[in-house]
Amino acid sequence: MGYTKDQLLARLKELQIDFAQYEHPTVLTVEAQAKYVGDKGGGLTKNLFLKDKKSRLYIVSALADTKVDMKVLSQRLGLGKGGIRMAPEEALGEILQVPLGCVTPFALVNESARHVSLLLDKGFRTQEHCFFHPLSNDMSISLHANDLDKFLKSVGREATFVDLEANPPVGKDQPPDLAAFVPSGSTILSDPPEKTVPLQGHTENPVSAYKKSTATTVKTTKVPVAVKNVKDKLAVAAHQPSVFSDAGLLVEEILNRTSSLLLSEIKEDSIRQHGEHLGTVVADNIKKRLSSDLKSLAIMFKNTAYAQGFYAGTHHHPKPL
Amino acid sequence: MGEEELEQEQEQVVNPWEVSAKDGGKIDYDKLIDKFGCQRLDQSLIDRVHRLTGSPPHVFLRRGVFFAHRDFNEILDAYEGGKKFYLYTGRGPSSQSLHLGHLIPFMFTKYLQEAFKVPLVIQLTDDEKCMWKNLSVEESKRLARENARDIIACGFDITRTFIFQDFEYVGGSFYNNMVKVEKCVTYNKVVGIFGFSGEDHIGKVSFPAVQAVPSFPSSFPHLFSGKDDLRCLIPCAIDQDPYFRMTRDVAPRIGYHKPSLIESSFFPALQGETGKMSASDPNSAIYVTDSAKEIKNKINKHAFSGGQDSLEKHRKYGANLEVDIPIKYLNFFLEDDDELEHIKKEYAAGRMLTGEAKKRLAEVLTELVERHRLARSAVTDEMVDAFMAVRPLPNMFD
Repeated sequence: MGYTKDQLLARLKELQIDFAQYEHPTVLTVEAQAKYVGDKGGGLTKNLFLKDKKSRLYIVSALADTKVDMKVLSQRLGLGKGGIRMAPEEALGEILQVPLGCVTPFALVNESARHVSLLLDKGFRTQEHCFFHPLSNDMSISLHANDLDKFLKSVGREATFVDLEANPPVGKDQPPDLAAFVPSGSTILSDPPEKTVPLQGHTENPVSAYKKSTATTVKTTKVPVAVKNVKDKLAVAAHQPSVFSDAGLLVEEILNRTSSLLLSEIKEDSIRQHGEHLGTVVADNIKKRLSSDLKSLAIMFKNTAYAQGFYAGTHHHPKPL
Repeated sequence: MGEEELEQEQEQVVNPWEVSAKDGGKIDYDKLIDKFGCQRLDQSLIDRVHRLTGSPPHVFLRRGVFFAHRDFNEILDAYEGGKKFYLYTGRGPSSQSLHLGHLIPFMFTKYLQEAFKVPLVIQLTDDEKCMWKNLSVEESKRLARENARDIIACGFDITRTFIFQDFEYVGGSFYNNMVKVEKCVTYNKVVGIFGFSGEDHIGKVSFPAVQAVPSFPSSFPHLFSGKDDLRCLIPCAIDQDPYFRMTRDVAPRIGYHKPSLIESSFFPALQGETGKMSASDPNSAIYVTDSAKEIKNKINKHAFSGGQDSLEKHRKYGANLEVDIPIKYLNFFLEDDDELEHIKKEYAAGRMLTGEAKKRLAEVLTELVERHRLARSAVTDEMVDAFMAVRPLPNMFD
């Protein structure tokens, strides 16, 4: 499951990150939090968990006083006006693995949050320290922006500080200045395709099929996701048997699709309608309806084999004689 | 002959950076062909393609999506005589998400590659987007690689395809050819073709040469060394014609074949022909990342309908197919000619309702998008590296 508060605190200590911790009754709002740590100097933070229309997720972490205009933010991200809203409650538990009222940059320590984009208020840097929840609402920790940076780097994330109150024009010749913060992975929230496509030959949960596909698409950018130095490891890990690399799985997939189409075509009605010609009719339909899908599978199978061979060949350093 | 330059009138505007119809109406393609000086792709050419390739012509040919050409018949003549050619197409990587309109030239090019069994070079003009969209060099390079994944997912054959991005590839023989081209095009001429002004920076002014030289086989010595005679066919949207008019003008002067072109019309926005597909309005197009639910919703809510306002009126007058977006989209993507004819007939007669047409469209598009997504999931960094590696393609004509 997700990291616990204690695990996080232990991590921070391991990293030799300076922080102060304050326990208090569970709080759900910044105002409530202020009652307990408002007098300790530094900056209280508000943390928004947002989602765009393509179900991509964002944490916007800002000083409590910073004005965050969602319409402006949406445009600066290149999502048009009104392209961003609060993420649903379930996502909090599912992706960030924190309770309600506990959105925090520290949630990015969880693997499940690896595609969540992070925007940090540049105002953090002007404060001696800022307050965040350490994965639990019954405590607040305060640390300097540089230490937050250090922590984020330790989990393979970039800490990029943004002027959240800025309102630059966005138009044809002025591209959205925060566009780089839009995650480029596939859909993250459980929004599985209606037609389940088994990638492994056996019926697999479509959501996990998606997650597998995101594991193979490693990004080469520094903002906002994935771990650069783990890229090679991921590239190797991606070589798990799939319908594109394993002939057995490919054939199984082809036969599965063909049989299910066959079964759907042979019904009482069609038998009655076509009689002894049903065979020809079904054969034609199968060719017509499956041709594009199967060709697509086959060409990607070929491309995969070539790419693997090419990689092996170009990384081969023969021993000097 | 007479490859004229565009005059700026109060007419429709079609160039690589702007496409707008007269008075917010529809693009007049006949006028465009006249003005540009290219040819209509007629049925005899389509039949010839069928004959030469032994496979049914692509749906885009049958439906007139690719409707204009320059010297396509010369390509076919050479092919019939046993002389192959290579394909050249490209994309300006301005945004991460691709919509269906972006896929069209690639889907068609993939068909051409398969049908004629010829090699293909794909140019990603990251430098162009860096200049025109004011992106950073890093961001445009990153977008180029991201777009490469969607392009690969269209099903190109890695043993016959070389994908390159300008920021990595320009140099060597490619650059030699660029300078040869640049020497043949005066500043005035390029201003005349592309409408540059004294305020435009110098990068823009010489960029056309970058898009011109992939038409010449000597730009790719690792692929076509010793094959200077090889012809080039460029599938593209018709707004790219100005680049290649310029290229065709220059080619004989530097001893190369003129590249041939096969050109497509524009893909309409969901809101209709007069609407514009815009990167900042996700509802103006169907994206390859849209879920089945999103596709259905977008079509239901935003696809401009040619149906009548009320049920009675619709049954009486039928739908206006001229403006109906579901029918236009089905024209692009529904492969079965008979089924399309049936739908058009019933819908125009008022016997079929908009809802049904939209439902069928949603099915067709969902299938397409799902297939694309599945293929894209197979694209690894290694695969992109391999497609983009400067390497020989020994089997490219097999």
